[in-house]
Amino acid sequence: MSAQSTPIVLAQGLSKTYRIAEKQPGLKGTFRHLLRRRYRDLEAVKGIHFAIEEGEMVGFLGPNGAGKTTTLKMLSGLIHPSSGELLVAGAKPQRRQARFLQDITLVMGNKQQLIWDLPPWDSIRVNAAVYGIPEGVMQRRVRELADLLELGEELHRPVRKLSLGQRMKAELLTSLLHEPRVLFLDEPTLGLDVTAQGRVRDFLATYNRRTGATILLTSHYMGDITALCERVLLIHEGALFHDGPLGELTSRLAPHRQVRLELQQPQPRQVFEAFGTVESHQEHQVQLLVPREQLTETVAALLGRFDVLDLEVSDPPIEELMRSLFQQAGENEA
Amino acid sequence: MTSARAAIRIARTLLSTQYAYMLEYRAEIALWALSGVLPLIMLGVWQNSGAASQAGWNPGQLRHYFVAAFLVRQFSVVWLIHVFEEDVVSGKLSPFLLQPLQPLWRYFAAHLAEQATRIPFVALMLLALAWVNPALLWVPTPENLALGIAAIWGAFLLRFLLQTLSSMLCFWSERAAALDRLLVIPYLFLSGLVAPLDTFPPAIKTVALATPFPAMVDFPARLLAGLPVDIGAGFLSLMLWCGLLSPLCWLSWRRGLRRYGAMGA
Repeated sequence: MSAQSTPIVLAQGLSKTYRIAEKQPGLKGTFRHLLRRRYRDLEAVKGIHFAIEEGEMVGFLGPNGAGKTTTLKMLSGLIHPSSGELLVAGAKPQRRQARFLQDITLVMGNKQQLIWDLPPWDSIRVNAAVYGIPEGVMQRRVRELADLLELGEELHRPVRKLSLGQRMKAELLTSLLHEPRVLFLDEPTLGLDVTAQGRVRDFLATYNRRTGATILLTSHYMGDITALCERVLLIHEGALFHDGPLGELTSRLAPHRQVRLELQQPQPRQVFEAFGTVESHQEHQVQLLVPREQLTETVAALLGRFDVLDLEVSDPPIEELMRSLFQQAGENEA
Repeated sequence: MTSARAAIRIARTLLSTQYAYMLEYRAEIALWALSGVLPLIMLGVWQNSGAASQAGWNPGQLRHYFVAAFLVRQFSVVWLIHVFEEDVVSGKLSPFLLQPLQPLWRYFAAHLAEQATRIPFVALMLLALAWVNPALLWVPTPENLALGIAAIWGAFLLRFLLQTLSSMLCFWSERAAALDRLLVIPYLFLSGLVAPLDTFPPAIKTVALATPFPAMVDFPARLLAGLPVDIGAGFLSLMLWCGLLSPLCWLSWRRGLRRYGAMGA
C-alpha cells in the first residue's frame, strides 16, 4: 500500500470510559459520598471504527452526550483513549508529539484560545512564534485568511469588544495560521446569526478547496453539514450508527418518502389510505408517506387511478429526521 | 530557524504579550503590590523588641533585612496554582495543550510579566518609605545587588517549581489550591518573612534550614541587605531544591496529563 493511500485519520475500536463518582441527594448521601464513595463507569465512546482520507470534509453528528466531543478530544490528543488504536496524520495523538501538533488544530465554538483583553493580533503573534512561522509568511497568511474571512480592523480591537461572529472568525484565523492538515471543528457556528454562519461555511469550503485540508466538523446546525459535507458519521450513545453519504443516512433514518399530489378532481381521504399513510388532505391536494420499496408501483397506481395535475416525490427534510432521532435519544436518556 | 533563535522568539513574544496583558490589570497588580507589606509590618513589630541583638545585628541591619525581605517577596510571588486550577477545571488548558509548547512556559512568562508590571509600583512604595524614614533604605554594593537579584530569581524559580508540583494535584482534585493555602504557613514562619532565622531557637532553626523555605526569603534578603550569609550554601540550597523539584514536576505533569479530562471543552 502506498503512503498516499493511508487514511489521514484512522480509528479502530476506539473507546473511552470515564469513571464517575456518584452522589445521592441529601445529608445521608453527602456522608456516604464522603466516607464510601461509589463510582460507575460511563462508556462515552464504544469501540468505534472509521477512516478519513486526506482532503475529505466529514460531518460528525449526534445528539448531546453521544460521544462526539469525547471523540474529537481523543483525535486531537487532549485525552487518552481507554482502548483501541488511533492514528492522525501518521501519529498517535495522545503522545502529543510536536510534529503531530503542527499538523492539527481543534476549534471549539464554546472555548477560545484568543487572549480576551488583547487584540487578536497578539494571539496571532504568539501562535506564529510557537509554530515557528517566519514573520513574512505570517503576514502573508494573515492577509489571505483575513480576506477570506472578511476581517480587517477587528484584528486590532480587544477580543472582548468583538461580536460573537467576529470572535469566531478571528479564532479560525488564529487556529489556521500554521496551515494544519487536519481540522477538528467542534460547533464552529455555535450561537452565530444566519449571515455569520454562512460566512464561516463559505470560508471552510474555500479553505478545504485551496489547501486540501481534511475537516471533521460537528454541528447542531444541519445547514453546516448539508452545505459542507458529503459524508457523515453519526454517533449515537457512543456507538457509530452511520458512516457514509448524507443521502444514505436520510434513507436509513426515513424508510418512507413523501408523495405530494395535486388532483384535477377532489377525492375523499379514505381512497388514499390504501396507497400509504395520509399526512395531509385538502380538496385537491394530498400528501402521503410511502415505503421506499413500494414507491414505483404506488406512484404508477396513483397516476393510473386519478387525474393528476402535479406529482412530487421527496425525502423528509434532514433537519426533521435528525430532530426526531435526537428527541428519541433524549427521551431514552430521561 | 535554529532552535535557539526559535526559543528566543517564543520567549520574547510570550513576555511582550503577557506584559501587555498584565498592563490591562495594572490597578489589580498595584493592589497586589500593596498587599505584600507583611515584612514592613513585621519590622514595626520587631524593631523595638530586642530582636536585632538576638540575631547579632544592629537596629539598622534589622531594618534593612525586613525592607530586603519586602523586595524579595514582591518579586518572588507565585500564583500559578490559582489560575492552573481554574484552567484545568474549566478546560481552558486545552487550547494550550494543542500547541507545540509546554503550557507551563506560558504561566512562567505570565509571572515574569507580572513582576515587570510591579516594578513601578514597588519603586513608588520604596520612595514612600524613604520619605517616611530615610534610614530604612540603603545603597547595596554592586556585588550584593547582583548576587541579591540572582538569589531573588532563584527564590522565585524555587517557589514556582514548588507550586508547579502542588498544581499538578489539580489533575486529581478540583480543589488543589487548598494545599497551597496549607503551604503558606510553613512558608511564612520558616522562610524568615515573619522573623529573621537567627532569632529562632537553635532546634527550630535547624529544622527550618532543612526545608526549602529559608532559600525563598532569608537567603536573598540577607544578600541584598549586606548581612552576613553563607553565599555558597545559599545558592547550593537553591540549586539542590530546584534540581529535586524539576524531575518531580515533570513526572507529575506526565502522569497528571493522562488523567486530564478536558472538562468543559
